[in-house]
Amino acid sequence: MATDRLSLVFGALADPTRREILTRLAEGEATVAELAAPFSMSQPAISKHLKVLEQAGLVSRTRRATARLSRLEAEPLREVTTWLARYQRFWDESHERLDELLAALQARQEDHE
Amino acid sequence: MNKTQITAEAGVPLIIVTRAFDAPRDLVFRAHTDPGLLVRWLGPRDLTLTVERHDPRDGGRWRYVHTDAQGNRYAYHGVFHGDPSPDAIVQTFEYEGAPGQVKLDTTTLEQRGDKTVVRTVSAFASVDQRDAMIASGMERGTHDSGDRLAELLDKLQASRAGREGEDR
Repeated sequence: MATDRLSLVFGALADPTRREILTRLAEGEATVAELAAPFSMSQPAISKHLKVLEQAGLVSRTRRATARLSRLEAEPLREVTTWLARYQRFWDESHERLDELLAALQARQEDHE
Repeated sequence: MNKTQITAEAGVPLIIVTRAFDAPRDLVFRAHTDPGLLVRWLGPRDLTLTVERHDPRDGGRWRYVHTDAQGNRYAYHGVFHGDPSPDAIVQTFEYEGAPGQVKLDTTTLEQRGDKTVVRTVSAFASVDQRDAMIASGMERGTHDSGDRLAELLDKLQASRAGREGEDR
């Protein structure tokens, strides 16, 4: 993933309202009115959040009859998870090894006492 | 169980890595500053770490090389700022595959009961540099399949009794 796209995804995920919107969209497509319902926020404000999510590739918008529906696009989320998982694995494995080393060193110290 | 926590917030060029260890602070500090111990834990198991230079004092330089089974080398270097102590190990870090992109690592060790909490804050020049580093720089840590790792763990555990005699 290009880093600029990654920044857009992280920027989009940084806001709690936008995370709530994504959670709602995980259940299925929704209109702006439906998305606005749980929030004390105007529909234009919700539309603004949707635009940020759309630019990050996290949401796509379709028309059905007169309704404009938003849909969750899960792929960028998966890429973000993979992105951090690599770094996580590097340190998980290093730290597992450090745990073993510290245990071995302490066992030796006890032997000497 | 102790777990490695990594925080990389959007829009801020930082990565924070936190982990608790069941060991006293001075021992954890030694594991971070004694090259003989460092080579035994830093990095994934399928890479061999060579400490080519390690001078843990104010202005002292360090250079580490990770080598994989195919002989590929991944080198890193930097400089210590201030004399390293359990209160703070401050060092710059530059991956030689991406020259000019320097991050600043500050590691603090805090004793909490029987545990020592190690916290490293890495500061990058920009969010883009941080994201690129995470995406590519640490990629080498990943190609172990679960099976291969499990095999390796079995071997290490079987030979652990033999290895413990090598300390000090």
